[in-house]
Parts: sequence; structure tokens; C-alpha cells
Amino acid sequence: MFEIICFSLIGLGIVFSVLRLIRGSTTPDRVVALDTLSTITTSLLVFLGFIFKRYVYLDVALVYALLTFIGAIVVARFLEKGLK
Amino acid sequence: MEILGMALTIFGVIFLCLGGLGILRLPDVYNRLQAGTKCTTLGAFCTIIGVGIMEPQWFWKTLLIVSFIFLTNPISNHVIGRASKNSGVPLCDKTVIDKTKDFEK
Repeated sequence: MFEIICFSLIGLGIVFSVLRLIRGSTTPDRVVALDTLSTITTSLLVFLGFIFKRYVYLDVALVYALLTFIGAIVVARFLEKGLK
Repeated sequence: MEILGMALTIFGVIFLCLGGLGILRLPDVYNRLQAGTKCTTLGAFCTIIGVGIMEPQWFWKTLLIVSFIFLTNPISNHVIGRASKNSGVPLCDKTVIDKTKDFEK
């Protein structure tokens, strides 16, 4: 029961973010949706590690959070200054 | 301890879902930034700490992930908001006050 509630709510959040990622009228909308999606995915990875009892998933979540942070910074810099 | 971890995880998962709903429903980039930052930071905090409470050997590593998210998520969203303001994304029609006009020459 607990797993069903958690997975359905996380899946609902992911579906909402992906809808905004498809529909988004401007580019910063899509970047914001992608950033939200990355945070949701990080907590989903930790939760999957708890369900499968694998410790490795925590390392994966840490590296994923770091890489998406760098990606968001790079895309924001590109939006502001262009390719310089 | 198990019950506390489960309650914290469900609380955090509800906030993750509400963050996604705010991303979908709010009218503007800046409002969406607010939903995407606050809701998902609190939701990720509660979910990951809840998992760390349910599995006590994992607690320090989950604390590391949570502190990293706490440090980086507001920074990246602030940078995205500043970039979208500087690249000229218009505000919503219902916006009441825009204080950045005072600083433009």
C-alpha cells in the first residue's frame, strides 16, 4: 500500500512536469520543468534504492543531482549571454 | 521509527506531486520557478530523510544528498530566473508590481 501511494504520487508529479516540458511556451519554461523533473528523479532514485535494498542507488542519486545542477547553470548562462 | 519514516516519506511525496502540479498550472515563468523550487526542495528533503530514517545504516549518506540538494537547488533556480529576466521573458498580465524597472536605465 505504502509503495503504491508513493509511486503513484511521484509518477503524477513526473507526468505534470513532462506535460509542461512539452507544452511550455518559452525556453525558460522548459528549463524550469527540466530542473523540477531532475529533483523529482533524484528522490525517486533514493526511493527505488529503498525498495530494491541496493545501496548503490544512493551514489547514483548523488552524481545525478550534481550533473543536473551543472547542466542547469550551463543552460542559464547560454540563455543570458549566448555562445560566448 | 518505521512509522515516522513512512509518514515523512508520504509527506514529501505529496509535496513532490504538488510541485509538479504548480509547474503545470501556474501562469508565468517566475511563478513556476517558485513552485518548482520550494515544493520540490521540501519534498526531496522529506522523502530522502524518510528513507534514511527507515534504513538507519543509510542515514549519513542520505543526509549528504539532502544537504547537497539544499545548497544547489535555490542557486540553480535563481540563476534560471535571472537569465529569463535578462533575456526578456514577459511577466504575466496579473502582475501587480515589478521592482526591476527601477534599476533599468
